[in-house]
Amino acid sequence: MQNKTILYMENVTVSFDGFIAIRDLNFYMHYGELRVVIGPNGAGKTTLLDVICGKTKPVKGRVIFGEKDINITGMKEHEIVKIGIGRKFQAPSIFSNLTVCENFELSLRKSKGVFSTLFMRRTKSDQEKIFSILETIGLVDKAYEKAGSLSHGEKQWVEIGMVLAQDPQLLLVDEPVAGMSDKETEKTAELLLSISRNHSILVIEHDMKFVRQISRKVTVLHEGMTLCEGTMDEVQNDPRVIEKYLGRGGAD
Amino acid sequence: MNRDIYCDYKKSVWKNEWTITGMVIFVFLIVLPLLHVLPGEDSWLKVSNFRINLLGKFLALAIVALGIDFIWGYTGILSLGQGVFFGLGGYCMAMYLLLKVGTAGHYESNLPDFMVWNGLTELPWFWKPMYHAWVAIPCIVFVPALCALGLGYLTFKSGVGGVYFSIVTQALALVLSITLIGQQPYTGGTNGLNDFRSIFGFPLRGPDLPTTQLFLYIVTVLVLVGAYFLCRWIIRSKLGRVLMAIRDDEKRARFSGYDTANFKIFAFGLAAALAGVGGALFVPQAEIISPSNVGIVPSIEMVLWVAVGGRGTLVGAVLGALLVNAAKSGLSESFPGIWLYFLGALFMGVVVFFPKGCVGFLGQFRSPGRQRKNTLRAEKVSVASMKPPLS
Repeated sequence: MQNKTILYMENVTVSFDGFIAIRDLNFYMHYGELRVVIGPNGAGKTTLLDVICGKTKPVKGRVIFGEKDINITGMKEHEIVKIGIGRKFQAPSIFSNLTVCENFELSLRKSKGVFSTLFMRRTKSDQEKIFSILETIGLVDKAYEKAGSLSHGEKQWVEIGMVLAQDPQLLLVDEPVAGMSDKETEKTAELLLSISRNHSILVIEHDMKFVRQISRKVTVLHEGMTLCEGTMDEVQNDPRVIEKYLGRGGAD
Repeated sequence: MNRDIYCDYKKSVWKNEWTITGMVIFVFLIVLPLLHVLPGEDSWLKVSNFRINLLGKFLALAIVALGIDFIWGYTGILSLGQGVFFGLGGYCMAMYLLLKVGTAGHYESNLPDFMVWNGLTELPWFWKPMYHAWVAIPCIVFVPALCALGLGYLTFKSGVGGVYFSIVTQALALVLSITLIGQQPYTGGTNGLNDFRSIFGFPLRGPDLPTTQLFLYIVTVLVLVGAYFLCRWIIRSKLGRVLMAIRDDEKRARFSGYDTANFKIFAFGLAAALAGVGGALFVPQAEIISPSNVGIVPSIEMVLWVAVGGRGTLVGAVLGALLVNAAKSGLSESFPGIWLYFLGALFMGVVVFFPKGCVGFLGQFRSPGRQRKNTLRAEKVSVASMKPPLS
């Protein structure tokens, strides 16, 4: 499995009214990989995630996902979720008037039609699953609190938990530690590392300390194109990266 | 290790929910009718014909309010066109009642009176099926529901939402009222449809009218109770939580795997069906339906009932419809000239001081207890989870 690609993007171009956010991008990821994408503002990092999860449609190119090489370009957002891609947004995006438990319950991998949800009951295995996610993200004691009443960091973890509840093969995580304290950042790093044992994860991040904590392979985006790829050390010593990104005080 | 997650939503929403609900139903269904029938004319306990009829109308409007709460309070979509669906249900009922008049009308024609003096000689095609109760009664539910499902499909599937949706529905209310006025030979124009004689054999005029009105009142109470429990059941199912999820963060709901457009179409269709039923029950009790019941102003008024009562709670919707209409009727009796100002002040007061409506205001007093209960429960879980697994 390790050497099979889970995600393959080919010549993807995204344009917003003439502004090219991503230009002829080729990007691939293996199963089980924890990949970090870094780059200056406007490099197209978030757009990259938007293309994968179906929020933005590329004007050119295609995105291939999974073992069966499904072409997911142009598929609807909820269909992409169904085949195993979960997305965590940059700003915490949760159901604030529902309890943490209910947030997870709605995310579980189950039939999601109007009438099937009307008659659905919470089963024992659902409860087990919800509980194990509560344990993973360390919010067991907040299970019955309204998600909206949690702190910023806790909300971010809840959203990661919601994505986990979908049982995705690939998690897309957009700047998970923005606005977090050092302690929370550390906990998030541990969380992502433990998740990565069973999932492939694509993380976007600005915080270099955090990137160093979790990274194995880093991709640097610049102006919608891949600038370079490699381990953190390789990337940091790459003269192009120093010139375009790190050297300008973009990090640390 | 205790890995059971409590199903919070299976428990009652408030303490003694069933007892209180039962008592309220008992009062409306048994006590008030008895007070209407038993005491003598002069007794201060007597609930007059006028009051029973008035209350019956308000309860019919409360059904509409339940629908609005469903779409607006729970799903977060503001429809400013519920008058349209109220009107569709109401006109279906009125057409049936009017055709039942037969040749007993002023002109002794098969056609309703207004068609005769508008020069029609034959019944329009869309009136013909309404002769039959088995067509008219399903139409009360299905005509508004199908219109809403169609409109919902066109708007929600193409991603129209928020304020744009509100404007579309408001335009629809205007379109319907203009059409009804403009097509006078077919719709009765500004006067609407009125002068009914009987409903299912019960007279709608003459000395026996109070009996019919009591009968209609009881039917309305029963339908309202049914609608309330239907809504309660849906709200507390997983579907209900998906609707609230869409209200809280629609993007997240889509990326949790839900085709949110379908859920919104469903909620809109249900709200329209309830509005239609409310309209159909309103018509025989008000003995008229006209374009002034379906336009923009009544549509907005309907939303305000829910805002006053407290959106996002079913009780609030019913309470709001009853309170606002009672205030409207009471004030217009006492201050015929200036009652609208009172109404305006009431709305402003609610929006400024009690944004969550009456129920939200009352709820403030009980929330500390509930929070404590939740914390206790949570502690129970965390202690349970800290124990090492028995192996």
